[in-house]
Amino acid sequence: MSQENMKLTLHVWRQSGPQADGFFETHKVSDISPHMSFLEMLDVLNEQLVESGKDAVAFEHDCREGICGSCGMVVNGMAHGPQNLTTTCQLHMRQYKDGDEIWIEPWRASAFPVLKDLVVERAAFDRIIQAGGYVSVRTGSAPDANEIAIPKRYADSAMDAAACIGCGACVAACPNASASLFTAAKVAHLGLLPQGQPERLSRVAQMVMQHDLEGFGSCTNHGECEAACPKGISINFIAQMNRDYLKSQLLSASSLTRKTAEKHA
Amino acid sequence: MTTLNGHIPEGPVAELWDKHRFNLKLVNPANRRKHKVIIVGSGLAGASAAATLGEQGYEVECICFHDSPRRAHSIAAQGGINAAKNYQNDGDSVYRLFYDTVKGGDFRAREANVYRLAQVSVSIIDQCVAQGVPFAREYGGLLANRSFGGAQVSRTFYARGQTGQQLLLGAYQALSRQIEAKSVTMRNRLEMMDVIVVDGKARGIVARDLVTGKLSTHLADAVVLATGGYGNVYYLSTNAIGSNVTAAWRAHRRGALFANPCFTQIHPTCIPQAGETQSKLTLMSESLRNDGRIWVPKNAADVTKDPSSIPESERDYYLERRYPTFGNLAPRDIASRAAKVVCDEGRGVGPEVNGQRRGVYLDFADAIGRLGKAVIEERYGNLFEMYERITGENPYSVPMRIYPASHYTMGGLWVDYNLMTTVEGLFGTGEANFSDHGANRLGASALMQGLADGYFVLPYTLSNYLASHKPAPVSQDAPEVKATVKDVEALIGKLTQAPDPKHHPDYYHRKLGQIIWDKCGMSRNEAGLKEALREIPQLRDDFWKHVKVSGEAEGVNQTLEKAARVADFFELGELMCLDALDRDESCGSHFREEHQTEDGEAKRNDADYAYVAAWEYTGDTSTPTLHKEPLEFQEVIPSVRSYK
Repeated sequence: MSQENMKLTLHVWRQSGPQADGFFETHKVSDISPHMSFLEMLDVLNEQLVESGKDAVAFEHDCREGICGSCGMVVNGMAHGPQNLTTTCQLHMRQYKDGDEIWIEPWRASAFPVLKDLVVERAAFDRIIQAGGYVSVRTGSAPDANEIAIPKRYADSAMDAAACIGCGACVAACPNASASLFTAAKVAHLGLLPQGQPERLSRVAQMVMQHDLEGFGSCTNHGECEAACPKGISINFIAQMNRDYLKSQLLSASSLTRKTAEKHA
Repeated sequence: MTTLNGHIPEGPVAELWDKHRFNLKLVNPANRRKHKVIIVGSGLAGASAAATLGEQGYEVECICFHDSPRRAHSIAAQGGINAAKNYQNDGDSVYRLFYDTVKGGDFRAREANVYRLAQVSVSIIDQCVAQGVPFAREYGGLLANRSFGGAQVSRTFYARGQTGQQLLLGAYQALSRQIEAKSVTMRNRLEMMDVIVVDGKARGIVARDLVTGKLSTHLADAVVLATGGYGNVYYLSTNAIGSNVTAAWRAHRRGALFANPCFTQIHPTCIPQAGETQSKLTLMSESLRNDGRIWVPKNAADVTKDPSSIPESERDYYLERRYPTFGNLAPRDIASRAAKVVCDEGRGVGPEVNGQRRGVYLDFADAIGRLGKAVIEERYGNLFEMYERITGENPYSVPMRIYPASHYTMGGLWVDYNLMTTVEGLFGTGEANFSDHGANRLGASALMQGLADGYFVLPYTLSNYLASHKPAPVSQDAPEVKATVKDVEALIGKLTQAPDPKHHPDYYHRKLGQIIWDKCGMSRNEAGLKEALREIPQLRDDFWKHVKVSGEAEGVNQTLEKAARVADFFELGELMCLDALDRDESCGSHFREEHQTEDGEAKRNDADYAYVAAWEYTGDTSTPTLHKEPLEFQEVIPSVRSYK
């Protein structure tokens, strides 16, 4: 790992809009400190581009501490780059050495159209949650928080699933562009808690249906999603989702909500 | 001339909110659909309000500039959320939470607001658990609590180090349910550029589509700004890169008073800046101070030495030395200032950035020796990993380095007890308003306030406004609507066509941030503030001449978004310095060097400064008008905060 400042060659995906053709554009950056984050390195590039009158590379980012899920790019073929359990914003340049070439691309999935350069539209994730990824509880109608005791191991396991940041790396890494890990994380989080039981089966049926309607592929157990996930969410949750989904289908459409039936039709 | 009326009900503080709720007017359920409400922001305060108002039957439009409402910066809060549940049977109560918050705010918050906050805190936890928020639990299955930020009771609920994330996802899920039910229309990737005011009332907003660049107008009967704080005025902060003051500032320019802008919280435990191109600072949870010992070398000559080679006798554990009772757990403002003092003496450690070493050691060697590495790993493992990921250093063997950073802003839009600004029909909630934390916010209280406002306060007070004002319809063709759109178009034109474009907006943001950090940061003095007030307008003139925005305004243009936000930070930064100059006392986060005791503690001046400073825009950002809302304390008698 380098400790001296570096010169790097970047091949960055440029695409002006969803319908436009994209291409790799090559840029050189120099004086890159190993203590910079990957996105700060792109800031340096963008400042150069803007000051020379060129359009900056569009990329999404916000918290820069690995929790908001905004950032995400494929770096040298790997979603979020080479470091395990690390979002692009927390990847640091000490992972690279002077003279390296770096290829930077957006998430690639037909359900995530490219808006510009490295920015993709992930609204499909929101629609999967809207399809049922919640507990139907009105503000003000909740019982006392300690009314229901929840065994610690269930609470902990629910938290493991709930840690998903919705970045989309699972989709980008999956050869089928499946969003099963994302969907399963929410199905499992709520399905593990007593509060999530009343809607458990209708939830999974609706969310899986929305997942498919969005054009995400199916899970064929490659496990790439788990390897790419910056929060280390386990594919065991996909197995759990599949069990719940099967149950929901065996219990027949009549027990599901009207909305699901309409979507089937 | 705007007159300030806090609309605080009269009577004993414990009865105010119940009585007030009874007196608030209701909108008949059948009529709610006829009222449209715009909520700008989808963090804790915005998402919770949008979900709740949607459930109640109002037509809600929620605006966020992210690709999804789940990304708002509330998501990054680590520590926890306070609530006066007294589940630990350790003497907590609504009154104690109220008392601690008023005192912690150094007697610069309204008692009535704070009491209400403490009251509704208990309902927040119930609500979140019912939504499926996976709070930490004990082996018996009941909720766990911890003591946080030096509180003497354990009233903080938490979900690992991701409490903000889990609370936000709870609110986001409630919001998603309303989006699916079509009671809330969600508009992602839309940035509010201005408020539309018709006949003195807020009637909508002008927004820019961040994908197409098109401007659109959105009309409503009321507008809520839940747009967060302005800590990014310092350029480097723990805030998300996109966090900005634009919505609140444009509202200020349209007549909303801006209160206590100089009250900004600097958090003591952040990873220090590593270089001049750094874009943000990362917070390390305050809980680390429970076991870590903070020190710097006694002698400036030792600052570059390997810390393990510096003997005990040559180390200065300055918090333990100055504050023997609280030691390393001294409150945020006090710990932050103490770190600045030792670094300004040339005893800071770590890399030199802009000519100074700004870092102090947070050392776990003693704790590891006493408790074993396994215990420390169990307690702080994820934080240590995060530190190593960012710095490349292993804190099990090398002491962590920390330094204070801008973290939260107590100041914000002035609001009355109903959370309404001085513009009728325009409300401010969450960090965007000024109301509950006074001059200093206690740990784990920001999440509480955001959700209190959104779930349990605004839905009542907003209904009252709609029921009593019955706003008349307003047309897209109204002259005020067209004029506001024109103003926004002119602003965008000015930003994209500077006379002599040279520099990226970040170039200016870094320079502005440095001025404000140096002169209106952890400590302030008259000379420095006056200097800043000379420098800021000069730099601002330079910005308007030389700011360079490449690319087209019609389409994705993140450089343009940034430039518009920096323009507003320039104006806000000037107001912060004016406010800090006016407040000729030290209180909470606001430390005026002229007002300190012999041993360097803050000296508050209740006789002259027990007021909220609310500033009115006059058309010239350099000469705003100051309005004072006097603060009266009936319950908690102001005393000196002592942590010795």
